[in-house]
Amino acid sequence: MFQHNKLNSELSFFQKVKNLDYILLFCIVLLSVISVFVMYSTDGGEILYHTRSHFIKLLIFFPLMLVVSFLNIKFWHIISYFFYFTIILLLIWVSIYGIKVSGSQRWINLYLIVLQPSELMKIGVILSLAKFYHRLKIEEVNSLMSITIALTMIIIPIILVLAQPDLGTSILIAASGLIILWLGGVKIKYFFISFVSFLISLPFIISFLKPYQKLRILTFLDPDRDPLGAGYQIIQSKIAVGSGGLSGKGFLKGTQSYLEFLPEKHTDFIFTLFSEEFGFFGSIVLLMIYIIIIIRIIRIGAISRSNFAKLFCFGYAFAIFIYIVVNLSMVLGLLPIVGSPLPIMSYGGSSMLATMIGFGIVLSAKINHKQTIS
Amino acid sequence: MIKEGSGIRKTDVINRRMFIIGAAKIIIFTGIVARLFSLQINENKKYLTLSDKNRIREWKLPPTRGNIVDYFNNVIAGNLKVYQLHIIPEQVENFNYLLTRLKILLGLSSKKISNIFKLKKKLKPWESIIVSENLSWSQFVKVNNYLYDLVGVKPVMTISRNYPFKDIYTHVLGYVSQPNENDILQNEIIQQRFVPGMKIGKIGLEKTLENHLIGTNDIQRYEVNAYGKRINQLEYQKGEQGSKIRLTIDTEVQKLSAKLLTNKAGSISVMDIYTGEIVAMCSSPSYDPNLFLFGISKDEWELIRNNPLKPLINKSISGLYSPGSTIKPIVALSALENNIIKPNFKVRCTGKTELYGQTFHCWKEKGHGVVSLKNAMKQSCDTYFYEITRLLGVDRLKITAKKFGLGEKVLGKYFKNEKQGLFPNTIWKKNNLGKGWVLGETLITGIGQGYTQTTPLQLCLMTAQIANGGYSVEPKIIVNNDPINFLETKKAMEEQSLTNSKAQLFKNQKNIKIVQDAMFSSTNEIGGTSYRSRIDDLKYQFAGKTGTAQVKRISKRERELDLKLEQIPYNDRDHALYVAYGPYKNPRYALSIIVEHGGSGSKAAAPMAKKLFKLLVDRNELREKQPNFEEINI
Repeated sequence: MFQHNKLNSELSFFQKVKNLDYILLFCIVLLSVISVFVMYSTDGGEILYHTRSHFIKLLIFFPLMLVVSFLNIKFWHIISYFFYFTIILLLIWVSIYGIKVSGSQRWINLYLIVLQPSELMKIGVILSLAKFYHRLKIEEVNSLMSITIALTMIIIPIILVLAQPDLGTSILIAASGLIILWLGGVKIKYFFISFVSFLISLPFIISFLKPYQKLRILTFLDPDRDPLGAGYQIIQSKIAVGSGGLSGKGFLKGTQSYLEFLPEKHTDFIFTLFSEEFGFFGSIVLLMIYIIIIIRIIRIGAISRSNFAKLFCFGYAFAIFIYIVVNLSMVLGLLPIVGSPLPIMSYGGSSMLATMIGFGIVLSAKINHKQTIS
Repeated sequence: MIKEGSGIRKTDVINRRMFIIGAAKIIIFTGIVARLFSLQINENKKYLTLSDKNRIREWKLPPTRGNIVDYFNNVIAGNLKVYQLHIIPEQVENFNYLLTRLKILLGLSSKKISNIFKLKKKLKPWESIIVSENLSWSQFVKVNNYLYDLVGVKPVMTISRNYPFKDIYTHVLGYVSQPNENDILQNEIIQQRFVPGMKIGKIGLEKTLENHLIGTNDIQRYEVNAYGKRINQLEYQKGEQGSKIRLTIDTEVQKLSAKLLTNKAGSISVMDIYTGEIVAMCSSPSYDPNLFLFGISKDEWELIRNNPLKPLINKSISGLYSPGSTIKPIVALSALENNIIKPNFKVRCTGKTELYGQTFHCWKEKGHGVVSLKNAMKQSCDTYFYEITRLLGVDRLKITAKKFGLGEKVLGKYFKNEKQGLFPNTIWKKNNLGKGWVLGETLITGIGQGYTQTTPLQLCLMTAQIANGGYSVEPKIIVNNDPINFLETKKAMEEQSLTNSKAQLFKNQKNIKIVQDAMFSSTNEIGGTSYRSRIDDLKYQFAGKTGTAQVKRISKRERELDLKLEQIPYNDRDHALYVAYGPYKNPRYALSIIVEHGGSGSKAAAPMAKKLFKLLVDRNELREKQPNFEEINI
């Protein structure tokens, strides 16, 4: 067994390159290229700040992903908790010294980059819980002790992120964490009970929401009650998508975005612009790329020998799925507006950094899929 | 090994749980695709429309008003290019500097400057501020020369109403100006087509014919962004100019009328006696309607408003006057028609008549002696008419007067400010004053004094209807698609074969002839009141009746003083009137002249008729050559 381990850990560089998942890699590159073109469109058909910045970020983070993938999956297993606690510290740092932008204190200025630690926490929580469940004996999974520890690991970052306030990211962190609990084998009964009690306590939760968050929910339920105010984003977004039709208005010809009717078109509403310009066909193609990415990640999880890698891959695949679903449902008017970016497509360094690290770990799991971790 | 075994079991759990989620994912993705499908395929049309509604905005531009032309197609209300100066605030680098420069260049007042600052705050930065609505050519050139230094300034050429004949048509045409809230609310078409800077008719034909003249807006379609800023022009849709309106008025006659009335208050109206076409309708004094186009200054407005000769009133249709002796043809006709008198009926005039202790004076103190109907008309003997009116009675007189159009609106359809006037009878007095009729009132009604009030146009129509042999004509001021054929009408009248029995105003046409003869002698025989204004040339010869309307009762003392006109205060002087038609042998035109406080009709009014008939007859041939048909239904 030792030998086996040793053999695996000493894969040559060429073996590593050979072991990469090229379909996944191709999809990521394709998505990156599309994202640059869409960003170019949001800049009104010129290479302006957003396009340039997005492109530079891709140029930095894509190689970073490859670097991450070349590190042995064991390394990620070892530093999981460290990674998690570092981000917890960063989140505490944010709550004290963070930069405040339009009422939310989410960012740290690291001079080279303005970092949003809550985005990294989306990966951190998966990583640390994957390690936790990897090491937990199956008999202990449903013990009070282990469930309490696991939930605490989810709740601490959520409290910190909610305080920023950032409802969208905290929901995504919660979803990412809970999926590992699910995969780890926590009884379905518990999930069911929690879900019911969540529904019951929903009114109390709502009473704790900030006024703007309540407004968003009300607006979601009836966008026309304030078409120029809170409902504006949903209405304009639906108009943009709907007017795209079967084949779209054409690249750089999306009037809704070009004429600035679309809010947040670089970030959360990037899909709206894409869908307006490329229509139903384009949207399906984009969705297919994401689905292939998710399937590839699940496949990597399935062939991985270690439960850590499995848990991470399955968890991360689910996380990507949730990001896409929340983002698309939001811009298509199926969910209230909560800030949530579309992986790779949306403008934003921290989100891309986190996504790329996630892909890197997944690729590392692929390269080292025969690796077992004790 | 236990560890290993539990490891395998754990893997099973993970894989099984993964499978459950996988199923959930498929369902959720299907839901999202379904949503996309419903938005982009099913409801595509709806959202496309909404998207266009978002991005396309229309800008209406002021429509171009239709021209108004005279009978000979001379433009009397047209459109003129004007030069304006706009500022687009978002393009201005230094607003204060720009305004200082403009202030010096154009000589703007400080008040104007502060107004511009106020406007700037109110408007969006890309909405233009109109600095000047009407730059002179030299100012426009100046601005264009310094344009490099005036960043954000836009010289604009646009179209504005223009009245080339200035004040001579004012009362007919009215004028255009900025609409107020009421104007917009009351007229749906204005409401639809209104854009800031647009001018609408405020009075006169400009107002009455607004819906014909207004035209349709030019429309610019722009693509706009979410903030309403214009991005690019998609389409320019040219509007249609408003309809051309052709009037029956002859500018030359109108001009002469205005000239004759210079520095006088009064009115001249001229009418075609067969077609009813109004050839001139002039009210004096007048004012320049061009003053109202860009907002009249307060001083100029006060000057017009406070002028004692009342230029704002259209005297031809809104001025009410006692007809004086110009009523006498109707009185004579009424007496003849009712068989009260025979044509050879005679009365002895001693200068005054006594009735129930009240004295009624003839204008000639010494009296006219024994007078016949013809002589009574010729010399305008009041005593004769006292007598025949007394015999006739006011009620029968009113029936005839009404037939000939007295006390009835003439052009009410086109002029909302036309006055109806009044011809009294016993019932009227009872109903309106609550008192019984007194015989003395009958006598003074017979010489056109008392309650009777007529407009100059009514007197003109009355004269026209006597002149054409006693047939009613419908006055018209606009050439439309319902022309009256002059020759056919004339022939029908001469042969007494008019199909419309209502048009015949007499019982016996001989009576009309008697009155016409009397009017002829009044002008063309020695001793006639307007003999001095006669024209002997048969081509121009006309027949008429003078009138002098008292504006106040003459006291005994004043009668004895026999003051000259200049010695009487202006407002106490008599109104001078004259009605006439001609040429006598082959009549075509009737006219009425009123000079307020002009003294006697024979001195102040009748001489004007001489000049007018000369011009009218000379231009008759030209006029007949013009078609009297226009493809417009008014």
